[in-house]
Amino acid sequence: MQQDTPFEIAGRRFRSRLMVGTGKYRTNDDMVRAIEASGAEIVTVAVRRVDLNRANSEGVLHHLDPKRFFLLANTAGCYTADDAVRYARLGREAGFNEFVKLEVIGDQETLLPDTEGLLAATRTLAGEGFTVLAYTNDDLITALRLEEAGAAAVMPLASPIGSGLGLLNPYSIRTIKRRLKVPVIVDAGVGTASDACLTMEQGVDGILMNTALAEAADPVAMAHAMGLAVEAGRVAWLAGRMPRREVAMPSSPVRGMLA
Amino acid sequence: MSTIVITLNGERREVPGPGSLAGLLGHLGLDPRLVVVELNREIVRRPRLDDTTLADGDSVELVHFVGGG
Repeated sequence: MQQDTPFEIAGRRFRSRLMVGTGKYRTNDDMVRAIEASGAEIVTVAVRRVDLNRANSEGVLHHLDPKRFFLLANTAGCYTADDAVRYARLGREAGFNEFVKLEVIGDQETLLPDTEGLLAATRTLAGEGFTVLAYTNDDLITALRLEEAGAAAVMPLASPIGSGLGLLNPYSIRTIKRRLKVPVIVDAGVGTASDACLTMEQGVDGILMNTALAEAADPVAMAHAMGLAVEAGRVAWLAGRMPRREVAMPSSPVRGMLA
Repeated sequence: MSTIVITLNGERREVPGPGSLAGLLGHLGLDPRLVVVELNREIVRRPRLDDTTLADGDSVELVHFVGGG
């Protein structure tokens, strides 16, 4: 079997190819236990105003130990390059590293990216020393442009954010992986373990997911399943699958049958 | 004690002042290690919170990390 290489982004090594979000869990306890069960090291967080009208305006850091997890700030909810750059700077200040998961959304209904804004923000942030992980659609040309613009990793979607529709276009994802030099991490759309496994079988470097865990009936059990699926998919890709055939081939010998 | 009126997270608010940003966080009961402060759209880094003064009419944003994907 082909030997696996370490999972690295911008020269930094991570122990798990599964990255998880922290949004939409029913309870903070569910979130913490699910993240632990997933085995993920990289954990995404969002930047928002402190709620000054609530007695207890606690943030996610009250529940997650930043020494145990690598916190990846996102720019979710930003619709312009300028807003995304502003949120990225705030996230760097709040956080512990120069990584940012860059989102510039172009449409409220589908949450598909505004690729023009995404490219502009990638250039600006890469120029300011950020390690940009750019959330994008499954379009090869945009992925190539993002790499050129200085993205440290490109994150094409499997299907729209929070949809759980799974991997809609394995061909596009394979093509992006084949053509890019930087890591390709599929972000968004995975619904269940088989989706994660199938995605990893395309040869991508990792997966980021949130809703599939947060909205599972049992987030902790689903997180465990996702950890196994990501590992299984990775090993299956390294193992190299058999060819697809349009005809059957017997598995037992054809010789030696009784007359 | 005198007060000033600032825009705090998008809302007009009367706070004790003039004073420092660190003083404002203290007044609000917020831990400066867990909050990032933007004053008139410029980030004020933590070591500068003590000696950055708030004036009447300033706009302040206080943000932190919340759950997200």
